Amino acid sequence: SKNIFQYTSDKSISSPSMNSQVLHSSLPSSKTMHGFFSAFCTEENIEQSISYLDRELTTLGFPSIYAESKGKELNLISIINCMNELLVLQHKNLRAQEEVEMQHLKLGSDMDHLQNCYAKLKEQLELSKREIVGLQERDRQLQNKNRNLHQLLKNEKDEVQKLQNIISSRATQYNHDMKRKEREYNKLKERLHQLVMNKKDKKIAMEVLNYVGRADGKRGAWRTDKTEARNEEEMYKVLLSDYEQRQKQLLVENAELKKVLQQMKKEIISLLPPQKQKLKERSEDGPVLSDLEEDIGELNKENMWELSCETVREQLTNSIRKQWRMLKNHVEKLDNQVSRVHSGALNEKDVISREDHEMETEKLELEIQQCKEMIKTQQQLLQQQLMCPCDDDTTVLLQDCYLLEERERLQEEWRLFREQRKNFEKERRSFTEAAIRLGLERKAFEEDRGTWLKQQFLSISTDYKRSENVTTPSAFLGSSDQDSRLLKSTSQQRKPRCMLGGPVSAEPCQISQYIAHN
Amino acid sequence: MNFSELFKLSGPLGRFSPDGRCLASCMQYRLVVRDAGSLQILHLYTCLDQIQYIEWSSDSLFILCAMYKRGIVQVWSLEQPDWHCKIDEGSAGLVASCWSPDGRHILNTTEFHLRITVWSLCTKSVSYIKYPKACQQGIAFTKDGRYMAVAERRDCKDFISIFVCSDWQLLRHFDTETQDLFGIEWAPNGCVLAVWDTCLEYKILLYSLDGRLLSTYRAYEWSLGIKSVAWSPSSQFLAIGSYDEKVRILNHVTWKKITEFEHPATVVNPKTIVYKEVEKSPSVETERLSFPPTRALANSLFSTQSKYAISEVPLSLHYVKPAADRANPKMGIGMLAFSPDNCFLATKNDNIPNAVWIWDIQKLKLFVVLEQLCAIQCFQWDPRQPRLAVCTGNSNVYLWSPAGCVSVQVPVEGDFPIVSLSWHSSGDSMVLLSKDNFCVCYLEREEV
Repeated sequence: SKNIFQYTSDKSISSPSMNSQVLHSSLPSSKTMHGFFSAFCTEENIEQSISYLDRELTTLGFPSIYAESKGKELNLISIINCMNELLVLQHKNLRAQEEVEMQHLKLGSDMDHLQNCYAKLKEQLELSKREIVGLQERDRQLQNKNRNLHQLLKNEKDEVQKLQNIISSRATQYNHDMKRKEREYNKLKERLHQLVMNKKDKKIAMEVLNYVGRADGKRGAWRTDKTEARNEEEMYKVLLSDYEQRQKQLLVENAELKKVLQQMKKEIISLLPPQKQKLKERSEDGPVLSDLEEDIGELNKENMWELSCETVREQLTNSIRKQWRMLKNHVEKLDNQVSRVHSGALNEKDVISREDHEMETEKLELEIQQCKEMIKTQQQLLQQQLMCPCDDDTTVLLQDCYLLEERERLQEEWRLFREQRKNFEKERRSFTEAAIRLGLERKAFEEDRGTWLKQQFLSISTDYKRSENVTTPSAFLGSSDQDSRLLKSTSQQRKPRCMLGGPVSAEPCQISQYIAHN
Repeated sequence: MNFSELFKLSGPLGRFSPDGRCLASCMQYRLVVRDAGSLQILHLYTCLDQIQYIEWSSDSLFILCAMYKRGIVQVWSLEQPDWHCKIDEGSAGLVASCWSPDGRHILNTTEFHLRITVWSLCTKSVSYIKYPKACQQGIAFTKDGRYMAVAERRDCKDFISIFVCSDWQLLRHFDTETQDLFGIEWAPNGCVLAVWDTCLEYKILLYSLDGRLLSTYRAYEWSLGIKSVAWSPSSQFLAIGSYDEKVRILNHVTWKKITEFEHPATVVNPKTIVYKEVEKSPSVETERLSFPPTRALANSLFSTQSKYAISEVPLSLHYVKPAADRANPKMGIGMLAFSPDNCFLATKNDNIPNAVWIWDIQKLKLFVVLEQLCAIQCFQWDPRQPRLAVCTGNSNVYLWSPAGCVSVQVPVEGDFPIVSLSWHSSGDSMVLLSKDNFCVCYLEREEV
């Protein structure tokens, strides 16, 4: 019972600073225990210590340790209960203390951690602040630069504008000055011209040996209103023919282009597979394809490339555009399919394997070759048919025809020849007659001449006796007339004689020449 | 390819006759007419002064010789060598002279462009055209010779007068909306007249034969404008070369630009063929060397033979930037020519003076670039086929056709810097002219 703790006041009001004092507030060690134990209660102050303890316990809420309120006998049970309570309390307090210490530690580490974080964040914040300041500075500088550049640009623009104004004003000034100088110059020229003209320079002249004919051989013409009108007409003709030519060219070009467009349209339609068209018909607005078909039918029927009105042209271009779009979509789809094949998702229905494709092409090529050969043989046979008509009848007929033609021709020529010969005979007869006549006449003439000479001679000889020459002039005249007539006829007959000199040898071509002459 | 020997020349004036039978050349004040095939002298005429300009009449029967200093034009006849004609402009002076298309009238432009006098060789009549414009191409005849367009300027405004050549009657007279007309040219079909403005304004106007304005085309403002213009032989296209190094092609239906050809210093399209002229060192057989060296050997040792090599594309061409403070700068498209079959267009960009650009008109793309060692002096298409002859001031003549390209050295002794060339109308020969000499080159049919 004397082992009672003694709390020193120092201990109870120990400072709450955690780390150092915690352990000290735990149970004191056994060594010091004795010291404490004996320090509180000694043999002298037992009663005081008991009453002190009782007072303390009662103030703490424990029951009193005295058996009675004023007695000096101790209630052992209540003392043990109090001790137990105090122990329990002590345990509880110790546990609480442990917890508090644990929490204290945790809080301490948390605090450290938070402080670290705080320090780091503060650093980061500092950095960011500095960065921001730097960036702001740069931004400011750039803004300044931008402003400066803008200003420079504006200045340059202003200067350019100013220079342009200067240029234009100088240009107008120069033009004005030029015009003034030109007027002065013109005046000088006029004056000079007058002086030159006034001098009546005999030297300004052309001296030429003889005038030359015009290049086109025609004579010069006076200039009249008619010629003026003619010139105008000529000029307009030239212009018109040029325009017509150009228009023709443009028409031809236009027609060709339209044909090309038509062809393109047909080809595009043929390229598009028919199911796609039907799909399109179902998916898009219905009348598209039927319109197209109608268009195609109509336009092909009417030879639309000869029409040139706006609506037809628009129709054609619109229909081509539509089909082109469809073709494009189709090609895109095919592309997609191909890419799918490459990526491995084979759709065996739509895609033919390479070997099959090649086999197909080979087969087709063989077919083409066979067809070609067949065509060739057919052609040859046909040629033969045409070349040698193997029926004898036909050849004979043909030959007969040719012979007939020839015969007729020959007959014609023969007839001509005979005619010519007849004519020739006639002529020859007439000439021989003429020749005979001529001979006779000549004989007559000779006889006459002989008689006349005789007469002359006689008259001359008798003139000496008679000195009369009456009869001779008339006879000379008469005979001269006859003579001249004779001469004329002979000369007439002489001419054909000469002409016949050649053909008398009777070559047919020369005869024909002669006949042609006639 | 055969070459004749060198003959003396002054001018350089050397021209084939339109019928192709004769070749006329000048030697100071003498006019020499030779046979085109044998180059034998057929006629020799003596004029009164140094000849500055010669022109054959369209029927090849007459030649006019203009002497600007004396103001005289002398006309010689080939049929009758004793026939003579002298036109003296006296104090009016003479700056230009040309034939009318019928070959019987001569148009003389007097000094200061005071007037154009039309002298007739058939009659005693004389006509005057007042106020002609003092510009490069002020008179233009249609191809069939029926109409003549004359640019005039009165009261600081430009006008065009169209005359009928048969009787010199004025057909149309209208004003043009140009600041300062620079040139006029008829389309080969004779129905459209192209009129373009000074290089300070990019403006080209197209007038119909009866004087109506068909269209105006302006590509841009302020920068220097049109430098050269060419019609295609079928009149389908009008090519306009400008100072911005581009050629713009207008079509005859809408008169709008259908394409633009650029001439950059770097050729990038791999489909373009670039022929580059390279020098090939002459091969000398050492056994044939002798001392002293013969003339021929010396020539062959020191002559620069060249050939063409195909260059890889992309390729940079030699680009020249002209001085910015000079007038009439050497920049822009200075030369333009269509081939006679309408398939090709040859151009020269003065900024790239060593190259000829050949464009395929059917595809509207650059086809070939010929890069030479020296600056291009002159090029001309063969009048019968798409064959281009180029000369660059050395003694080589270069020929290009779609089949290929060849460089031929003219086998002459000494220097022969070819500055100009002119094809014969049959396309079988051409005359190569330098300042002091000329030479005729005969081509065989099978060649390039």
